Amino acid sequence: MGEVMLSVESLGVTFTRGGDTVRAVRGVSFDVARGESFGIVGESGSGKSTVLRAICGLAPTSAGRIALGGQTLATPRPATFYRQVQMVFQDPYASLHPRHTVDKVLSEPLAIHGFSDREARIEQALADVGLGPSFRFRYPHQLSGGQRQRVAVARALILEPQILLLDEPTSALDASIQAEVLNLLDRLRAERGLTYLMVSHDLAVVAHMCERLIVMQHGLAVEELTRAALAAHRAETDYTRALLAASAGYTPATA
Amino acid sequence: MTALSRREWLLSDQPKSRRQARLGQVYRTWLAFRSNWLAMVGLAIVLILILVAVLADVIAPFDPVIGGDLRTERFLPPLSEGHLFGTDDLARDIFSRIVHGSRLTLMVVVLVAVIATPIGLLVGTTSGYFGGWTDTVLMRVTDIFLAFPRLILALAFVAALGPGIENAIIAIAITSWPPYARLARAETLTIRDSDYISAARLQGASSARILWYHITPLCLSSVIIRVTLDMAGIILTAAGLGFLGLGAQPPQPEWGAMIASGRRFLIDQWWVATVPGIAIFIVSLGFNLLGDGLRDVLDPKARK
Amino acid sequence: MTTLLTVEDLRVTFPTRQGPSEVVRGVSFTLGRERLGIVGESGSGKSQTGRAILGLTPPPGKAMAKVLDFDGIDLRAASPATWRTLRGARMSMVMQDPKFSLNPVMTIGRQLMEALKFGATQPRSEAKARAIAMLEAVQIRDPERVFRAYPHELSGGMGQRAMIAMMLVTEPDLLIADEPTSALDVTVQVEVLRILDRLVAERGMGLIFISHDLRLVSSFCDRVLVMYAGRVVEELKASELKQAQHPYTRGLMNCLPQIEGGQRPLPVLERDAAWAR
Ligand SMILES: Nc1ncnc2c1ncn2[C@@H]1O[C@H](COP(=O)(O)OP(=O)(O)OP(=O)(O)O)[C@@H](O)[C@H]1O
Ligand SMILES: Nc1ncnc2c1ncn2[C@@H]1O[C@H](COP(=O)(O)OP(=O)(O)OP(=O)(O)O)[C@@H](O)[C@H]1O
Ligand SMILES: [Mg+2]
Ligand SMILES: [Mg+2]
Repeated sequence: MGEVMLSVESLGVTFTRGGDTVRAVRGVSFDVARGESFGIVGESGSGKSTVLRAICGLAPTSAGRIALGGQTLATPRPATFYRQVQMVFQDPYASLHPRHTVDKVLSEPLAIHGFSDREARIEQALADVGLGPSFRFRYPHQLSGGQRQRVAVARALILEPQILLLDEPTSALDASIQAEVLNLLDRLRAERGLTYLMVSHDLAVVAHMCERLIVMQHGLAVEELTRAALAAHRAETDYTRALLAASAGYTPATA
Repeated sequence: MTALSRREWLLSDQPKSRRQARLGQVYRTWLAFRSNWLAMVGLAIVLILILVAVLADVIAPFDPVIGGDLRTERFLPPLSEGHLFGTDDLARDIFSRIVHGSRLTLMVVVLVAVIATPIGLLVGTTSGYFGGWTDTVLMRVTDIFLAFPRLILALAFVAALGPGIENAIIAIAITSWPPYARLARAETLTIRDSDYISAARLQGASSARILWYHITPLCLSSVIIRVTLDMAGIILTAAGLGFLGLGAQPPQPEWGAMIASGRRFLIDQWWVATVPGIAIFIVSLGFNLLGDGLRDVLDPKARK
Repeated sequence: MTTLLTVEDLRVTFPTRQGPSEVVRGVSFTLGRERLGIVGESGSGKSQTGRAILGLTPPPGKAMAKVLDFDGIDLRAASPATWRTLRGARMSMVMQDPKFSLNPVMTIGRQLMEALKFGATQPRSEAKARAIAMLEAVQIRDPERVFRAYPHELSGGMGQRAMIAMMLVTEPDLLIADEPTSALDVTVQVEVLRILDRLVAERGMGLIFISHDLRLVSSFCDRVLVMYAGRVVEELKASELKQAQHPYTRGLMNCLPQIEGGQRPLPVLERDAAWAR
């Protein structure tokens, strides 16, 4: 494995509210190499999104260490962190501000970080995700789900991060648009040498996009696999085997 | 550019500049608003109020404060020569007083809106966004203000600060922000955990920036609607204070005070109190109609 | 098989400035006590078809049909009172956006209890027990906590399952499920589908399953309608989806990535203007 870009060591995340304590993540470790695409699959509610949010500082870390390029990250994250790591959210219908045009969505990060050549960058970002200039001044309600997700990708890429955290980037999209977005992500990674950390519940999508992956269940990483092992259905744990079996489609209960 | 192509330019699905996108959005809202004739009546009333207030010196034929001949010109009935609405006990032209009084009414409306709306928005969004301690403290303060009936709290303020239209305005403004804070907080609670706010945080936006650029615009329309609908109540409160002698002081031509001084002659010279009453009624109605219309076009929830 | 729902020539139009736009254009089908799948790309009118059946076409949209008959009741002429007795109790719909459809400032438990009110009246404690049992049934691990949680405290899939639980507590005769499992991992998905399956098999519920996941629909449903641009372009036995004739259906099948590895880049759908006619 090449140089380690992002390393997560026995990460723990605990939420408390009132009398409830939720140990959403209970000691998850993995390393992502520079330029690699790493996948997280697993049960719904197993803490996949929470791992990504913890890396970004959006969820409280209660244990463990997250390091970027060998340096442990401070909480709250420094401004430079956001130039290196960006995230694409699960639901394209919820991740764009309803009153902001595409132009505003894209110029906001540039304004925050004080870029000067905003015009050129916005045009470039739109072209990168395959949206023409005619989309620039539209509101989200004038866009389809796939177009919204492209805007979300453009927003994440406009600060030129090295790492992109992708939280189920295609689960809300239909098959034809999923193919478009996956191809787009693939192309951008090849062109820019980006590092991806991608969450999905669809094994086929992860197998298509990622070289290595971990499988999560109840806040734990139960298994680490390579793409080849996944493709050959060589799984160690029962849970991964169950996932693989269920991916083939619905089978009526035998009992 | 011809009218038709300008319309097309505004309604384009693919605007080419920031300005076009924004104007297009405004124009679409306007088109929706225009199709509601009651709302247009409300807008017309409010616009006329503004116009009359601005041009009061030109419109009013007489001085609002200095009366005419006390022997011959007292209590002239409406439609008498030169006095459209008649004259009052001090032989002052009621029409001129109404026209000049519109300035005071407008001043009350504008100042209360300018003072109370930002306070309400700021308190509400801040408390909703940060939650926890901030929320508890700010909301208890809001509750305290909310627990007092408005007129009584205004009375207390005026009693402390001394009667006068400025103090009445301050008193009304201070008592009218709590509902706006409540409203803004409720809206903020529904949006603060959404993904687009997380996304803004992820880009390194400060809390102030998120509050101002991302949360406030979403709370603004419901607060504006509420403020507009409240205006009728605010005008009535100001008139009420004037009526009780705690707002505008004689000889200022404030409509509430005019009713107060006219009520003594209600049986024989009914017009002295009735005309300003009708003026208050029409303006309140105008603001209510306008607010209803705004709700229909601005509030996505009401549209569903 | 008894027919539960008959739809003939259903049309949904939205007025726009360029004139009325028809987003559902003459959809006809019948549903017995079975699992009917509707697939199609985004914007093909799947959700609008489902909403129109429940009389939930968002204004200013209008739904029209030659026949719209649910268990002998003519839905086109149904009064608001009739709708109240039907919706929730006898027919319900799992909406597509769980985060949109759940009230962000109300706990899941309160929303579930609210849904139960549409059904029979019963004591609070019993209603709570039923609500928790339903959350358990949709494979939520910690139902007591989820009962007390607000929507933003749930994962994407948990929110979706809470929605499903909400629609199932009243045990309807007809369920329209709009992308009910898009945020669920496959093992949980299978469990949720089993619940739906059981309701169809044991209670004779009619199910309309709207999805863009062809693999899932072909293995779960009995029949499939393929929609494109507001029209049903193909109706198939689910098991024969692989032998679909229409180029659009075939194109949709080809776009899917494979676990075993496949083409890169993925083939994308080339649309043909002739399909929309
Ligand atoms: N803000 C929060 N407060 C309390 N609990 C939370 C919060 N956010 C997440 N959780 C809990 O943490 C657990 C993991 O959630 P997470 O969103 O990471 O799941 P996930 O693996 O992404 O699932 P899915 O595939 O369904 O999206 C869940 O039990 C959820 O209820
Ligand atoms: N309120 C509305 N006003 C105008 N057009 C609408 C409205 N709601 C939906 N449409 C249009 O109706 C068409 C069908 O929408 P529908 O939601 O049924 O698609 P869908 O097949 O469910 O797609 P998806 O897979 O993305 O959910 C779309 O082209 C959409 O733009
Ligand atoms: Mg998630
Ligand atoms: Mg839909």
